[in-house]
Amino acid sequence: MKRSKPTNSANHSSPPNSVVHSREDLRALQRTMTSALFRPLDTRWGMQKTWADGRPTREVAAEFIKPNDRLSSFERLEIYNRQYWFRVLDCLHDDYPGLRAILGAKKFTQLATGYLAKYPSNSFTLRNLGERLEEFIREEPGRTAPHEPLAVDMVQFEWAQTVAFDGPSKRPITADDILGKAPDQLTLGLQPYLSLLSLNYAVDDFLVAVKRRDEDALRGEASNAIHSAPRASRRKPVRRPKKRQIFLAVHRYENQVYSKRLEPEEYQILAALARGETVAAACETAIAQTAKTDLDWTETVKNWFDTWTALGWFCLPQ
Amino acid sequence: MPANEFNGFTDYGIGIGLRVPHYRHILAEKPVVDWFEIISENFMVDGGRPLEVLDEILEQYRVVQHGVAIYFGSADHLDKTHLKKLKRLVRRTNTPWLSDHLCWGSIDGRYTHDLLPMPYTFGVAKHTAEKIKAARDYLEVPICVENVSSYAEYHASEMTEWEFLSEVVELADCGILLDVNNIYVSSKNHSFNPYDYLDNIPHHRVGQVHIAGHSKFEKYLLDTHDHPVLDPVWKMYAHAMKSVGNTATLLEWDDRIPTFNEVHREALKANKFRQSLVAAK
Repeated sequence: MKRSKPTNSANHSSPPNSVVHSREDLRALQRTMTSALFRPLDTRWGMQKTWADGRPTREVAAEFIKPNDRLSSFERLEIYNRQYWFRVLDCLHDDYPGLRAILGAKKFTQLATGYLAKYPSNSFTLRNLGERLEEFIREEPGRTAPHEPLAVDMVQFEWAQTVAFDGPSKRPITADDILGKAPDQLTLGLQPYLSLLSLNYAVDDFLVAVKRRDEDALRGEASNAIHSAPRASRRKPVRRPKKRQIFLAVHRYENQVYSKRLEPEEYQILAALARGETVAAACETAIAQTAKTDLDWTETVKNWFDTWTALGWFCLPQ
Repeated sequence: MPANEFNGFTDYGIGIGLRVPHYRHILAEKPVVDWFEIISENFMVDGGRPLEVLDEILEQYRVVQHGVAIYFGSADHLDKTHLKKLKRLVRRTNTPWLSDHLCWGSIDGRYTHDLLPMPYTFGVAKHTAEKIKAARDYLEVPICVENVSSYAEYHASEMTEWEFLSEVVELADCGILLDVNNIYVSSKNHSFNPYDYLDNIPHHRVGQVHIAGHSKFEKYLLDTHDHPVLDPVWKMYAHAMKSVGNTATLLEWDDRIPTFNEVHREALKANKFRQSLVAAK
């Protein structure tokens, strides 16, 4: 096989990234390329004309990307810059239909762009892309105003569904595991895929209504395939929910994702168990705080535990 | 080569990519398919439906793992957590070989989720080959690296893409997943003769072949995997099969995915070229 001779062109006058022999040269080139890709697109879905240091981006691109007979260095780099943003925005678009419905397509895209510019992906899988979205919404409430509390609730609910879909599970406890243990000595773990949410809006009903309207929630495949620009929604908006406290358990059963409304006392017991309190302490605290006096609490709590056990929510504590 | 050390001495036929829209059809109808290729990262999860589906598929079919995120070409070291999860999946699937791309896509722990081209230099080839060897030693399975489609070239490159590919696989002593469509796309974008590429790689290292569709834009081609395979790519495939032998072939179709039967029909067109090879012997 014919091979070109390596050229030793490294010298101090070489433009940055024009010579890549060592691993550190490669790192420098890859950092430059990544910086280019992570820069948000301009309002016409093109690459920004000015680099971070104020130089024209075409100058920076020309330092390390070859032009060809049809495309400049800038245009060739722009293909990758566009495809990066189309890919990640498409992913958030698919994973957060509820948040998108709350904000509208334009504001959602602006939020997602700001989020990814601040928190680029640090995971090999796009599944984790929205992991810090709640944190970002809390940090920059102006991006979701005047719907920040609703947006926070929705993003918690939608992330909980990702966790429930393919999060880890532990062996559910059996009667043998807790045999002979008194309630004031017994602690129980909760499945890692189970999320307990205390919310100020009925985002579960809202998301059902959104999904009923919007059928295209299929998760994109990880692949080399190129994606298109984020789609604009022309569908009729779903009315945003009014403020109303709800408690939810987001979980999976037989590998299907569900959300289950909880009574306030149910939530308190489960949250206390998650904190490591004993079964007796968790129940006593919850019942002591309730204003409902006309219930047979012994029977009610027993039924709850039966249901939670049947759903496989309990595991051995850490 | 039909069976070689780089594909675990298997002799697989025509495979198709396992994709979510087809799960229901495959599990219910159990169509006859030589093998399925899975995207490893889609199943490197801790639980839930993906692994349940995979286990059902494994009961009926042969599965080969194809990855998109090892990033052999990144200046970063191999991600041990990633490899640990990958090895767990390798044990689950018993994949006879494993493929990923000759590319990079992350640096300093930040991910672009893209398959970005390498600068084609001897230093980079050496670094990349060392990572491939280390991954193979850890995963204990043969590795084939796939050539990617690209839209840009670096000033730093000091050889052609096929010379770089050859350099890497010789240094790493690994296999090649020859993506014929990617060669065609890159040949148009970078103005080289795709047959020079096909003729100047170590054919005995090809353990698997990919074919796919692409999209034509005014000034460049995009590797979209959302169309049937185009005629120039079929011609290249026929040429490649004469050089590398009757090698396991997979059709990729990742976007605007049609029915399972349509994808399968398109994949089986490859049999025409494979059978003519057999007849010629």
